[in-house]
Amino acid sequence: MSLAPGSIAVVGAAETTQLGVIPDVSALGLHLDAALNALEDAGLKPGDIDGLACAGEHPWNVSTMLGITPKWVDGTNVGGCSFMLHVRHAAAAIAAGYCTTVLITHGESGRSNIGAPQYASAPASLFGQFEMPYGVAAPASMFTIPVLRYLKETGAEVEDLARVAVVQREWAARNPRAYAREPITLDDVMNSKMIAYPYRKLMCCLVTDGGGALILTSADRAKDFPTKPVYILGTGEAVECVSISMMQDFTSSKAFRVSGKSAFDAAGISHADVDHLMVYDAFAHLPLYGLEDLGFCARGEAKDFFRERRTAPGGELPMNTNGGGLSYMHSGMYGMYALQESVRQMRGTAPAQVQGAKISVCHGVGNMFSAAGTVIFSNEI
Amino acid sequence: MSKPQRLLPRPTPETQHFWDGCREGELRLQRCRDCAEPFFPPRPFCPHCGKRDVEVFRASGRATLYSYVINYRPRPDMGEEPYAIAVVTLEEGPRLMTNIVSCPQTPEALQLDMPLQVHFAAQNETITLPLFEPAQPAPGDTP
Repeated sequence: MSLAPGSIAVVGAAETTQLGVIPDVSALGLHLDAALNALEDAGLKPGDIDGLACAGEHPWNVSTMLGITPKWVDGTNVGGCSFMLHVRHAAAAIAAGYCTTVLITHGESGRSNIGAPQYASAPASLFGQFEMPYGVAAPASMFTIPVLRYLKETGAEVEDLARVAVVQREWAARNPRAYAREPITLDDVMNSKMIAYPYRKLMCCLVTDGGGALILTSADRAKDFPTKPVYILGTGEAVECVSISMMQDFTSSKAFRVSGKSAFDAAGISHADVDHLMVYDAFAHLPLYGLEDLGFCARGEAKDFFRERRTAPGGELPMNTNGGGLSYMHSGMYGMYALQESVRQMRGTAPAQVQGAKISVCHGVGNMFSAAGTVIFSNEI
Repeated sequence: MSKPQRLLPRPTPETQHFWDGCREGELRLQRCRDCAEPFFPPRPFCPHCGKRDVEVFRASGRATLYSYVINYRPRPDMGEEPYAIAVVTLEEGPRLMTNIVSCPQTPEALQLDMPLQVHFAAQNETITLPLFEPAQPAPGDTP
């Protein structure tokens, strides 16, 4: 048994009122600001929500402050793709009759660190025993470790990583909400500050504050909402490894492959049907792995996708059209912003709108290739 | 002011044999007595077939460099940046994260697939970390 494609829809979607540097709002406050904006977008009140999912904050923090008592809850936290999993789980819950109207919230004070949850690594954890002692220092020196192996096996060059950043900045330049909009060149990227060889600063994501929220309900009810329904055709999820040294193959994410295949199989579409693609880009190699592991090209061909400008403005497969985590926003768990851009593209309201786009694939990563979540949207059923 | 203590692992009952081995100068892996597949990190069952009948054995300490970064971001307990954070493939198959010592921390010196050998670095009375260094040619090897 599977969920029929298009039986669940997004009827509310919004980001926080501000994005970027928000020193006067706590992380929980950003969840709530995004929630209120999404409720307004959908023409709903907090009391209309009977299902709640969030990551970063505990669900009971959000329910308390919104004054609601949801009868379905999902606190799944598998890093930045948690919200893709929330969409998948919420769709199943609505179809099962556990609830009718699900709110998914996200908010992070990634830059200003106001009321942000503290993450400490227990020295007896797998990570604490087998990675922390060797000097890993934040995602920039962990998520990047597989890349030299990927470059060697695929024949890609460090410049190919730089090119991803350049192309995504082209998209960001079209987006007034993007944090970094100034055009950059390959030289700019290759000469930016060294962070973790071969990674330079402009190949790494932004560190900003913000959040977003989504509201889902059944397609039957979706027609009664003020915005154009965005239907869910298929979803996938997977977890692979606790941390980067335990990833099975440094040149390909098994979690990406499993999650992507589930979503495409459920949606019953082919890659040629896809008009718009979001691949979570915490670092410049993620779009390359995403293109290959989701099956848009063969192993080692993603670099050519970028060299041939196939994902750039005017290209056949517009990707990361908000500017991505590299140029638009990255508060820590970027997946929500990728989902918001897919919804905007399907509504026809994106700043860099892909004309006539009917199907959007939105793919997220969690932790350091630890998890993946995929959602395929359409504005038609 | 003295350098902060390097962040060190705290062994659990499932991993104690590994850290005891490092302290005693042995790199200890586990393998299944049934399917014979070695594995890491430690656990009291075989991740390949699920059987609980596993044994600890001494690995050769030989490895090759699978991938790495050279970190420039501050980690005060590590001393001076930049330093390489590497993942090596042990001769027996499993991989682990480590640092490469006795070697310049440069892309020129750190070549993927270069042969390495374990170097045990005592941190205190109980914890010794398995670091790796470029392999010494065996007698009779041509350079």
